[in-house]
Amino acid sequence: MSASLDALDRRLINTLQEGFPLVDEPWQVVAEALGSTAEEVLERVRRLRETGVLTRFGPMFQIERLGGRFVLAALAVPEERFDEVTAAVNALPEVAHNYRRSHRLNMWFVLATEKPEGIAEAIAKIEAATGLTVFAFPKRREFFVDMRLKA
Amino acid sequence: MESPADDLDRRLIIATQAGLPLVARPYDALAAGLGVSAEEVRARLAAMLASGRIRRIGAVPNHYALGYTANGMSVWDVDDARIVELGEAVGRLDFVTHCYERPRALPDWPYNLFAMVHGRDRDTVMEGVGVIARLLGSACRGQDVLFSTAILKKTGLRIGGG
Repeated sequence: MSASLDALDRRLINTLQEGFPLVDEPWQVVAEALGSTAEEVLERVRRLRETGVLTRFGPMFQIERLGGRFVLAALAVPEERFDEVTAAVNALPEVAHNYRRSHRLNMWFVLATEKPEGIAEAIAKIEAATGLTVFAFPKRREFFVDMRLKA
Repeated sequence: MESPADDLDRRLIIATQAGLPLVARPYDALAAGLGVSAEEVRARLAAMLASGRIRRIGAVPNHYALGYTANGMSVWDVDDARIVELGEAVGRLDFVTHCYERPRALPDWPYNLFAMVHGRDRDTVMEGVGVIARLLGSACRGQDVLFSTAILKKTGLRIGGG
């Protein structure tokens, strides 16, 4: 999937990755910085959300600071069972992202739970549903996190 | 550093976790739904930003849509005595979007440093991996790069409404 974006779309995406003003009419502030109008930028953001160019627009919560947990985990899934195991893992609402990766540990997913004990429960459910051992990689230290990508 | 959200914070989180309303006055729209003033909504959001409970308010692009189709999870077996110093150095590289220390799972998984590298193609990602390798030098005993070959699910976090 590669979207067709014009110059204003790209500047808008870059600007909106830096933050969003906490004022009555924030789109007015964004538009002024880009030499556009509030109506124009808002319409573009609606379109970028609808077409999936933006996967989210809003506050990005640090779940651990709210008492929850994020844990990266992996499975070594036999190739012939890949679709079945994908369905079982994805069925859990605690699974926020799931990627296939090139390795013997070929399925990597993030468990996100509101309470710390939810992680062990989710792992137990996955192991019971799949019969596979979940490798959990909770973070020990966070050195850097910033998902901004230049459009 | 953990502070459970109070009731209004919690309701605000639930109201915004799928995103801000795409309207001219988004904080007014949230305030109307929560039965508080827009000033209160902004004050709560500002406080959560200041405390780090919100990392940022803004847009998250789909990296594939922006042409970042190569996504390599580079993993490294780094001397534990130097992990903090080297992890911070790797985290400062501009092409690294996430960098964490995680536990090894021996004997299956000897790696303790994870650095995610995004690029417009695999060659670009591998150039970045080469930079990391040179930076780690002899403190690194082994490495691998796991490219993503399919997105199987991507919903982001959701907390319950209960």
